[in-house]
Amino acid sequence: MYTLSSKLKLFSIILMVVGLLGLVYGFIAAPDSIEDVKEIIASHGGHGEEHVPITGQAEDHLEDDAKGFDFVPSEHEINTERTDEHTSIKAGDDHEQEHLEHVLHQLQNKPWAALYVAAFFFFMIALGVLAFYAVQYAAQAGWSPVLFRVMEGITAYLLPGSIIVFVILALSGLHLNHLFVWMDPEVVEHDEIIRNKSGYLNVPFFLIRAAIYIAGWNLFRYLMRRNSLRQDDATDNRWFKKNFKLAAGFLVFFIVTESMMSWDWIMSLDPHWFSTLFGWYVFSSMFVSGITVIALVTIYLKSRNYLPFVNDSHIHDLAKFMFGISIFWTYLWFSQFMLIWYSNIPEEVTYFVSRIEDYGLVFFGMVALNFIFPLLLLMNSDFKRVNWFVVMTGIIILLGHYLDVYVMVMPATVGESWFIGIPELSGLAFFGGLFIFVVFNSLTKVPLLAKRNPFMKESEHYHY
Amino acid sequence: MASKVIHALYTDDDLLMQAVRQVREARYRIGEIYTPFPVHGLDKAMGLAPTRLAITSFIYGIIGLLVSIAMMNFIMIEDWPMDIGGKPSFSFLQNMPAFVPIMFELTVFFAAHLMVFTFFMRSKLWPFKNAENPDVRTTDDHFLMEVVLGNHDAEELTDFLFKTGASEIKLIDNK
Repeated sequence: MYTLSSKLKLFSIILMVVGLLGLVYGFIAAPDSIEDVKEIIASHGGHGEEHVPITGQAEDHLEDDAKGFDFVPSEHEINTERTDEHTSIKAGDDHEQEHLEHVLHQLQNKPWAALYVAAFFFFMIALGVLAFYAVQYAAQAGWSPVLFRVMEGITAYLLPGSIIVFVILALSGLHLNHLFVWMDPEVVEHDEIIRNKSGYLNVPFFLIRAAIYIAGWNLFRYLMRRNSLRQDDATDNRWFKKNFKLAAGFLVFFIVTESMMSWDWIMSLDPHWFSTLFGWYVFSSMFVSGITVIALVTIYLKSRNYLPFVNDSHIHDLAKFMFGISIFWTYLWFSQFMLIWYSNIPEEVTYFVSRIEDYGLVFFGMVALNFIFPLLLLMNSDFKRVNWFVVMTGIIILLGHYLDVYVMVMPATVGESWFIGIPELSGLAFFGGLFIFVVFNSLTKVPLLAKRNPFMKESEHYHY
Repeated sequence: MASKVIHALYTDDDLLMQAVRQVREARYRIGEIYTPFPVHGLDKAMGLAPTRLAITSFIYGIIGLLVSIAMMNFIMIEDWPMDIGGKPSFSFLQNMPAFVPIMFELTVFFAAHLMVFTFFMRSKLWPFKNAENPDVRTTDDHFLMEVVLGNHDAEELTDFLFKTGASEIKLIDNK
C-alpha cells in the first residue's frame, strides 16, 4: 500500500493555495473599464506607442516592403490608414476608443483564459491516461499490467478535472466571460459565418454535448476501475473479460467524443476557422502528455520503493511511447500547418498568421520542445532506461504541451495582449497542486499491484 | 600450421544456450555458432559486443538531411529563385515547409539504405558469395557450436562437450 507522504501533501496544498491566490489576483487585476486600460497602457510606456495608429503602422509597412514580404494590404485597409493620417482629431479618437475597447476585452479575458488553459491541460492528461489504459486492455498488452494501478490513480483526476472544465464552459455560457466569441448574441447578429454555424454552436446544445462527453468518460472510468478492483478478489477472469469489452467500447466512444470535444472546446474559440485533423491533433497532444505523466509518476513511486515489480524495461517501453507519440504529434502539427501554409487560403491561414506574428517564439518554441528534445534525448535505447533522462525529457514534453494548449487557446481569447505572468503561472500551480493531490490520494486507496490480472505474471517478468 | 576446432551439434536451442554458458565457464573459446534461426539471448550468452549499426544509421540519416537541404537550397533558392505559385523563395527558411517532405524522405532513404549496405559489408554478404556453412543441417533443425581446440586435450574437450548435451561431435582440421 502506498501512503501519501506528508511532504507531498503539504507541497500540493501549498501549490493550490498559492495558485488560488494568484488566480484571485489575476481576476482583481483585470481592468474593469476603458480608463483602467488607458492607465495600463500608459504605465507600460513604449508598449502603448506601438498601438497608436499612424506612425507605428506606417513604419511597419515600410519595413515589410523593404524586407520584400509579399504581404499586400487590401485597398480598404490602405484607405483607412491614409485617411487616418489626415483625419480630424475626432475620428482619431473614435479609432482609439475602438482600439481601447478591443484591448479591454482581451485583458478581461486574460485570467479566464489562463484558468481555462490550465484546467484543460490537466484534464486532458487524465483523459489521455484513460485512453492509454483502455488501449492496453483492448490490446491485451503483456508488459503494462503492473502499471495499471498507477494509470487508474492518474485517471482519478478525470472526475474533478472534467467537472471544473464543465463549470468554466457553463460560466462562459452564462456570459461571465468572452472566451467563446460565438456565445455573444451581439457578435452573432452581425456575423453571418457564425450565424450559419449556430445550429451546432449554440449554448444549450454545446453544454448538453459537453455533459454527454464528460458523463460518458467518467462512467467508463468508473466501471473499468471497479472491474479491475473486483478482479483482485475474483475466482475467474469474468471481470477481466468485462473490462476488455468495456475498453474496446470506450475507445470507440472516446475517439468520437474526443474529436467533437476538440471542436467544441478549442476549435470553436476561433469560430471562423476549421481544420479537419484538429481532433487527432488534440488527441496526440493529450496522449503523449498522459503517457509522460504515467512515466513520471511511475519513476517517482519506484524511487520511493513502492513499485518493486517495475523494472527498467517498463520505463524503457514508456519512454518509447513518449518518443513515438511525440513524433506522431509533430507529424500532425506539421500536416496541419503545412497544408494551410501551402494553399494559403485567407479564411484558413489567418489562424497561423496571428500565431506566427504575435506568438512566434511560443509557437515555434513549442515545436522544438515537443519534437527536437524528445527526438534527440530519447532516440538512444540506453537513455530510455536512465530514469533522470526520462524525467528530464518528460518535464520538457509536459512544458511543451502546456504551451501547445496555450497557443491553441490564447490567440483567440487574448490576442496580442498575451503574457505568461501571474494568472497563467497561478493557474498552472493551482491545477498542478490539485492534480498531484487527487492522483496521489487515489493511489493510497488500493495496493499498487493488481492481483489477478491474467497478464500479471508476464508483466512482472517483462524484459526487453 | 593447421589449427583444430571441434564441431558440436545440438538439436535444441535451450540446450545450446546452456552449453554456451558451460563452455564459457570452463574457459574454452567458442569460434562460431551456426543456428537455423535467431536464438534470443545467444549474443549475450556468448559475450558478443553490441552492434553499432544503429549509430551508423543515425549518422547516415544526418548526412541525408544535409544532402537534401544543400540540394534544395541550391536549386530552389540560390541558383534559380523563381516565383512558383507565389511561394516565397527569398531564403531557405521562408520556403522550408514545402521542402520538409523531401528532407524527411531523404533522411529515411539514406539512413535505411546505407545502413543495409553497411550491414552487408560488415557481415560480408553479396551475391555469388560461397556459403560458409559447415553442415547443411544447421539451416534446418540443428545448432552447431565450433570450439577452438588450441592447447587443450581433444579427448577431454570432447568428453566435456558430450556432457553438455551435444548429439554429435567432430574434430575438424581448419584450413
